Amino acid sequence: MSADQTQLAFDWSCRIMSDNGCGFPAPGLHSFLFKPIAEVGGFEFNKVMLLALITTGLVISFFYAAFGKAKVVPGKLQMIGEAGYDFVRRGIVYETLGKKEGEKYVPLMVSLFFFIWIMNIWSVIPLAQFPVSSIIAFPAVLAAIVYVTWVSLTFKRHGFVGFFKNITGYDKSLGPVLPLVMVIEFFSNLLVRPFTHAVRLFANMFAGHLMLVMFTVASWYLLNSWMIPAAGVSFVMTIAMIGFELFVQAVQAYVFVLLACTYIQGALAEHH
Amino acid sequence: MIANLVQLATESEQNPLMPPGPELLVGTIAFAIVFFFFWKKLLPNINKVLEERRAAIEGGIEEADAMKTEAQSVLEQYKAQLAEARHEAARLRQEAQEQGATLIAEMRAEGQRQREEIIAAGHTQIEADRKAASSALRQDVGKLATDLAGKLVGESLEDHARQSRTIDRFLDELEEKAEAAR
Repeated sequence: MSADQTQLAFDWSCRIMSDNGCGFPAPGLHSFLFKPIAEVGGFEFNKVMLLALITTGLVISFFYAAFGKAKVVPGKLQMIGEAGYDFVRRGIVYETLGKKEGEKYVPLMVSLFFFIWIMNIWSVIPLAQFPVSSIIAFPAVLAAIVYVTWVSLTFKRHGFVGFFKNITGYDKSLGPVLPLVMVIEFFSNLLVRPFTHAVRLFANMFAGHLMLVMFTVASWYLLNSWMIPAAGVSFVMTIAMIGFELFVQAVQAYVFVLLACTYIQGALAEHH
Repeated sequence: MIANLVQLATESEQNPLMPPGPELLVGTIAFAIVFFFFWKKLLPNINKVLEERRAAIEGGIEEADAMKTEAQSVLEQYKAQLAEARHEAARLRQEAQEQGATLIAEMRAEGQRQREEIIAAGHTQIEADRKAASSALRQDVGKLATDLAGKLVGESLEDHARQSRTIDRFLDELEEKAEAAR
């Protein structure tokens, strides 16, 4: 049976103070498990994968509609697309990397931003109601791509020794604490960084989804006898959380891309 | 049903930080498609258009600049021409005034001269007429007097009178008297 919260919410009989003695169907890890909707040669295809592929389709079709036949005098759609494109290009990439160095990374950052943002937005879209990025695999893939990009860039820029100097923050003026700093920096940069990069996005979406499910399910569960006002509170909270989540979704997409740019900037920086 | 779910969750030993393989694959593919589409098709597309727009705007500005410069030079030319024309007009007016003044002066002088000529001619004529009349009168009076005296004396005094200056002297005296009386 699927643990999708929509199905939990549709378990009509489960209400507070009902005769069947049913407890609160609290959301949990099982809310992030999905039954395969199709199976192709042993490959189990589920809802999250479907949403990920729809994300691809949406991002591409929107930007194809906007930029496919781009005109010097833009239409409405192209103007919106350009605004989004410019936000990432100027607001994030040029800001951190500069125009000269940054230009190369614009396609990666633009696609990262919109891919992540749409993946997050699924959280509040009716019927979908699940942020794709709350499955660690998706942030992990993206963080890995960024990781490979900046690590290889550091090697290319600084060579083998330069790479380690860059990674460990080698600085002679630190004196006796230098070894300690180098060890910490090495771990923090090379090992912890990709993990936190992925988990930051994942955990935000994971927690947001739990909150949304919790309030949504509670709104229904409490809707019985004298607990009805509490159900009202829960419902208002659901609406408020949706608004808050919309904000968090955009911020997390922004932060992910901003961090990616910062890592690349670190890789480009001259070691002293 | 809930018990069923809890059982499922505990059974699978689910770790939300362990990425499941199939999702990794799908995620990679999904993002790769987006990335390559942006990289190869959409962003070159829009960058070209943005570049064109920038060029068009800059071209427009340059064109406007050129037109402004041209307008300025035309205006300066026009102003110079206008000033020249004003200057020319003033000069012509001045010249005309001067010419007019000389013309008037010349005409006045001519008029004056003609008037004087006419007056002089009148005077001469009058003088000549007076002289002619005076001499004619003198002859007539002389003749009348001699005739009269001849008749009184009974003989002609004509020859005598012609030979003597008596009559003239008498008349001169008369004239002198008349002059004195006046």
